[in-house]
Order: sequence, then structure tokens, then C-alpha cells
Amino acid sequence: MCTYLTEKIDVDGSGKGATGWFAASQATVYVDHPVHAPYGHTVNIDVLNPALGPSARVALELTEETALALADAIHRAVASAPAGLASKNQTV
Amino acid sequence: MTSPDAVRAETITITGHGGDEIEAYCAVPLATGSRGGVVWIHHMPGYDRETKEFVRRLAVSGYHAVCPNLYSREAPGADPDDAAATVRAAGGVPDDRLVGDVAGAAEYLRNLDGANGKTGVIGHCSGGRQAFLAACSLQLDAAVDCYGAFIVEDPPEGLPASMRPILGLASDLSCPMLGLFGMEDRYPSPDAVAKLDAELNRLGKDHEFHSYDGAGHSFFSVDRPAYRVEAALDGWQRIGDFFAKHLEG
Repeated sequence: MCTYLTEKIDVDGSGKGATGWFAASQATVYVDHPVHAPYGHTVNIDVLNPALGPSARVALELTEETALALADAIHRAVASAPAGLASKNQTV
Repeated sequence: MTSPDAVRAETITITGHGGDEIEAYCAVPLATGSRGGVVWIHHMPGYDRETKEFVRRLAVSGYHAVCPNLYSREAPGADPDDAAATVRAAGGVPDDRLVGDVAGAAEYLRNLDGANGKTGVIGHCSGGRQAFLAACSLQLDAAVDCYGAFIVEDPPEGLPASMRPILGLASDLSCPMLGLFGMEDRYPSPDAVAKLDAELNRLGKDHEFHSYDGAGHSFFSVDRPAYRVEAALDGWQRIGDFFAKHLEG
């Protein structure tokens, strides 16, 4: 099935895509057919910068178990660092 | 004498919705003859290699075939998966634009040398819904809907406005329709397929539906685990018979 439903958020940071590093501005998350992963459906995560064109994209296709594990791992990594260390308002 | 299975397949430019010049993939037999035309609507993952193989297959079967790149405007020249991600993030393809692009592809087909003036449309997945939409919006001669969802059913919350149900258009269906579905599919579910079937029966619209046991969504996709060889082989036979009946001559 195509769920069509897409979660979309603004992001602040960088990603490395097919043409090298780029400033990322948006991320989308959706459950749909993968292009490459050997499953019928996967959790697909795209980190994008639409202003730079379609190729400014980092793509992931993960099973739901590993997508959720990735989300948990992000929470653990952030929690283990001093609060605000990786914040937009961090002290450099 | 030119071999009957010799084809020319290439990227072309056609005039789509709003007069926009858009990319399309065209395949035509090299042998001369009277040819029906088919517009192939690619699935949501895009204007990809597998879709182009479908287009070439139709040409080998004797048809003029064109697949417009529905993502041509947002992502010209991009990889199909990048283009699909871009258009998804932007909310999908608007229905009116889809109709305009199919109309442009149909017009291109009707102007090819040897065209017999008959035009069909076919699509898988989101393209199945869009094939129905096109056949309810344009004067066509045959339409094939392969497991298109959201013709009948209410979509999940948060769906783009471009994906609203379109069952209300059924009275405008301009041509015979073939529907191929999987019994294990959830979008469209067997119940949604039954409702579409009942509405077309009520309206007296010429159609034939086939639903395959053991098949879910995307059973024609040879490059995906959802491929079901028996359903796909039978489906291709039915597509061939359907187009032969309505497009040849």
C-alpha cells in the first residue's frame, strides 16, 4: 500500500548526500514501499533541502523495529550529553 | 521487413497541463501499422526503470505508449527516488495537473504516424487511482486500474488534499475499465473494491474486476517482494486482451 501520509518537520544541520555535504532544512518520515531495502514496506526517512534541488537528500529505509531503535538511540545520545551542548543556542 | 517486435524507446518532451513542457518516456513499434495508444501513469515511487520497462512492453505488443514524468516540474533530471521524495514532501501531484498531463500525453499519441485515434490509460498504485481519474475526466477508449487506492475510501488523517476520494466522478467514466486487485491489499481493501464495483454496476458502466488470492499491493512489481507471479501473469494476459479489444483497429 501507499500510505501517502508524510510527517514533515523543519531541521537545522547538515547532511551528506550523493553530491556531498549540504545544509539540511527539512525532514520527512513516512511508511511506504522502499526503493532498495528488501521489504514490502519500510519506515522511510529523508533529510532534504528543497531549495538545493531533489538531489540534496539523505535517504533511509528502515524496518519499523530499527527505525524505533534509531529514535531511542537519538534520545539516549542527547540525554547522555550535557544539556544544550548540541542545541541551536549552544556556546561555541 | 522490420521485425514486429522492434521498438524505438526514448525520452521525449510533451506539452502537459497548463502548456508546460514536461519529460515523458515514449516507446513505439518500428514496423508500420495502425496503432492504438496507451498513456502509462507511473506509480508514486516515480518515473523509474521498471515503469519504463512496462512502456517498452506495450510497444512490443504493438501499441504506441507514453509515460509522462509527473514529477518533471519539481525535479527535472533527478533520480526517480529523489524526485518522488521531493514531490511527496511538497504534497503530491494535484489531480487537475494529472489530468492535464494525461491529456497532453494522449494528444501526443493521437498525432503519431499510424495512430488509429484510440487511446487507453493504465496505472499502478497511485497511478491506478489516477487512471480512473483520467478516464472520468477525459474522453478515452480503455482504462486499467491496478490496485489504485483512495478512489472510494476515506484516506488516513493528514493526507494531502490531492488524494481525496473520487468515487463521485464515476458517472463520468468515459470508457470500459479493467480493475486488477489483490485480496490481501489494505489500500484498496477488498471492501473498497466491492464498493467501486457496485457503483459502476449501478451506473451501468462497462467494467471487469479481478481480485487475486494471495496477492497484496504491488503484485506486478518484479523488483519488489510483493511480486506474485501467478497474479501478475494472469493480470498481464487480461491487460493484453482488454487493450486488444478496445484499442486495436
